[in-house]
Amino acid sequence: MDAESLLLSLELASGSGQGLSPDRRASLLTSLLLVKRDYRYDRVLFWGRILGLVADYYIAQGLSEDQLAPRKTLYSLNCMEWSLLPPATEEMMAQTSVVKGRFMGDPSHEYEHTELQKINEGGKVFEEEVVVQIKEETRLVSIIDQIDKAVAIIPRGALFKTPFGPIHVNRTFEGLSLSEAKKLSSYFHFREPVQLKNKTLLEKADLDPSLDFMDSLEHDIPKERKSLGASSDFHYWS
Amino acid sequence: MEDSTSPKREKANQDPREAGQPWEEVTAASSQGLESGLSEPLELEQGLETGPQPRSPPQSPQSRASIPLDDLTGPGASYPPSPPQEASYTPSPPALARQDLAVPWPSDKTTSVNPEAGTPHFHHLEQSSDKGESTASHTFQSEGSTFRQSQQTKHHLYGPEDVNYNNSKQKELRFNIFQDEDSNSNYDLDYAEPGVSELAPSMLEITIQSAKAYLQKTSSKSGLNLYDHLSDMLAKVLDERPENAVDIIESISQDVKMGHFRKKLDTLQNENEMLPTYEIAEKQRALFLQGNLEGADQELEDEIAENALPNVMESAFYFEQAGVGLGTDETYRIFLALKQLTDTHPIQRCRFWGKILGLEMNYIVAEVEFREGEDEEDVEEEDVTEERDDADSEADEDDEDQLPRTFYKTPQAIPKEENRTGANKYVYFVCNEPGRPWVKLPSVMPAQIVTARKIKKFFTGRLDAPIISYPPFPGNESNYLRAQIARISAGTHVSPLGFYQFGEEEGEEEEEVEGRRDSFEENPDFEGIQVIDLVESLSNWVHHVQHILSQGRCNWFNPIQKSEEEEEEEDEEKEEEKGEEPDYTEQEVGPPLLTPISEDLEIQNIPPWTTRLSSNLIPQYAVAVLRSNLWPGAYAFSNGKKFENFYIGWGHKYSPDNYTPPALPPVYQEYPSGAELTEMDDPTVEEEQAFRAAQEAAVLSAEENEETEEDEEEDDYDQE
Repeated sequence: MDAESLLLSLELASGSGQGLSPDRRASLLTSLLLVKRDYRYDRVLFWGRILGLVADYYIAQGLSEDQLAPRKTLYSLNCMEWSLLPPATEEMMAQTSVVKGRFMGDPSHEYEHTELQKINEGGKVFEEEVVVQIKEETRLVSIIDQIDKAVAIIPRGALFKTPFGPIHVNRTFEGLSLSEAKKLSSYFHFREPVQLKNKTLLEKADLDPSLDFMDSLEHDIPKERKSLGASSDFHYWS
Repeated sequence: MEDSTSPKREKANQDPREAGQPWEEVTAASSQGLESGLSEPLELEQGLETGPQPRSPPQSPQSRASIPLDDLTGPGASYPPSPPQEASYTPSPPALARQDLAVPWPSDKTTSVNPEAGTPHFHHLEQSSDKGESTASHTFQSEGSTFRQSQQTKHHLYGPEDVNYNNSKQKELRFNIFQDEDSNSNYDLDYAEPGVSELAPSMLEITIQSAKAYLQKTSSKSGLNLYDHLSDMLAKVLDERPENAVDIIESISQDVKMGHFRKKLDTLQNENEMLPTYEIAEKQRALFLQGNLEGADQELEDEIAENALPNVMESAFYFEQAGVGLGTDETYRIFLALKQLTDTHPIQRCRFWGKILGLEMNYIVAEVEFREGEDEEDVEEEDVTEERDDADSEADEDDEDQLPRTFYKTPQAIPKEENRTGANKYVYFVCNEPGRPWVKLPSVMPAQIVTARKIKKFFTGRLDAPIISYPPFPGNESNYLRAQIARISAGTHVSPLGFYQFGEEEGEEEEEVEGRRDSFEENPDFEGIQVIDLVESLSNWVHHVQHILSQGRCNWFNPIQKSEEEEEEEDEEKEEEKGEEPDYTEQEVGPPLLTPISEDLEIQNIPPWTTRLSSNLIPQYAVAVLRSNLWPGAYAFSNGKKFENFYIGWGHKYSPDNYTPPALPPVYQEYPSGAELTEMDDPTVEEEQAFRAAQEAAVLSAEENEETEEDEEEDDYDQE
């Protein structure tokens, strides 16, 4: 949700029970402004909150001029001091996929994972147990990236592609009509398109190149599983 | 270029009529220069000429009345020595057209310097090409300037802005035309230079006319034309004055077009749009009106005295400190809905249990305790199920066949707990939205709880939706919902230590029967616990809802005893089956009531509860917040004296691993191959012969060889 309209978005999202306590709200409104100034972001989104056993992570994302460019992710434990997270890589994802369970709430916490590794020694193959240390910060990055890729959605028409390539916020976006708001096809994944290239020419014929430049939700794998809520902006709460 | 020729022809036809216009332009322009009274460079020049100009308006009506040609010559003669600007106005049509060209360039400059100043001149420029509209506006302007100021047309009413946009657009168009048209345009451009031959301006004019005619061509598809569209667009831009209009010109264009496609009202019937939000608003209206319906003061006092309504808003406030909740207005609606519930049912105690999310709709759950007069629907339901069981067993008995009947008996159904005890201690009402009717959930059966533990389903939001799962769920979604509510309540309803104590008087009898204490009452001497203590130690929180055994009940029910009473014959078999279980008569025991939550089981090294202070900044007024890690979405708060439990979520239990469906039941082993199943081989000939020999020997020895041959034959037949 946009940091500038945070209160409105929170109000809308409160139907699902997730909210922020008054002190968190106030501090976010203050600190995100400063984040925007210091990091020179075009827009700052409050991404959500990941509950930890000891403490919660508050996540914000900074967008550059091009809305679809890689986003910078920041986290904070107290909503005032923000730290930048490194960008997620494939390697991280593979590494952290073995970790399950809850977040601790301590970025320096290390998960221990024992796995069997085959070691070649002079033609003999040994199997040895190796303890792999995985930092929680890495896991946090990877989880945020996965969630972004899977369920960050925006309504159709909220962003548009300028003739020069960058994607901007559509200032004339007036929301979705009632009939459109019920259709999955009027929502897009907020990420670089993956399936769009695979579409047939027939499917592409109806697309508006300035609006339909992202994957729509309608082809997601478990159909009917996504229930459409009232809020159009994306957010995630663990 | 087809367009270039045909419009020209039109031009030729129109010429006589248009011939009069240049002159009118002169008057109009000059008069307008007076009207606007703007003191800009060009205006000043005109202003200097005020001498001749006042004369022109009076002349204009007369001149129009007379033959155009006369007028054209007339003014030309009347003002020969006027300065450059004025001179260009006056001459005969060809010269006038040239003046049209001459004016734009200077006026452009003025606009670039000061846009507003240029408006009259643009007007002038526009009039040279804009026949249809300009004639109208000119006449009226000239008239207005002289006599009738009130009789202004729409064109005039638009004011300078309208003129401005028409004009700038016109200019833009003209340049486009010049660039786009092939040979003709070059030709025109050459002639467009001021001071070239007098025929050239008319060519230019014709080109402009043709371009304009092209623009005014009505689209066969939409019925619009570009000319009007552009003017509408610019009108919109100028009305709204958006920032950076050039960036969003596409969308403005789209908006203008959309504006033309409004649905026209049908003459037969007006379609009323029925939004679903209207419907719910209508229902919720009743919530807000209900307070007014009861007027009697005495009744009101009574009600307040024995009010069962919880203070939802107060606990919502504390939960908001914790960062949980539904938002203020929804909470208030639920508050009103609970009031409606307590007003319409004999309810002794009511509590807002929470909200369970669904795919299509959500459930708002209220936990109530009825007064003594509780309804008996449940009893009827129970009878029905029992009858059904009986019918089945009778059907089995009717088979009086010698064939063996099935030895399999369905596992003994564990009866549900009585109302007001165990898992059915409270009654739950649900509704999808505040304002919709409350639906009472049925009592929970142990089998439902047992099955619900094995499955994980999303709620749809429809109570009658079937639950299709691998261990077949006995019931529909309302039963599953009820089972999950029972599980969540049993796991996550906690209170600060000491708030409740065991009831001394009432509880004892039941305790003796059940062997456990299952009733409690509020401790009147509860003095509160420090919030810090509540946060730091989990042992200061206790469960006040009974643990649900793996049997699906809170209180142990011994299934074996009953079976012995019923059927003595099958005792042996049962014992054989159950023999593997060590002590089947030993009752299963869970943690007793009011056990501290510090003794809750861990989930794979994850503590089952997380405590937090709601605010680290102002700890002295913070509340203690308890969050369940086992049931994500279950929260409890306490400020030392007060406490409340709340659940909001999908009704799913947390497990570190993904959900795995339960293992399939064991495949029943076939009957062991033993003496009962194996048969002997057929008797061989040798055996039969030996047998016969033995028989014969016996017979012979007995009857001493009498009639031996006949016997042998008979024996053979028998054996075969």
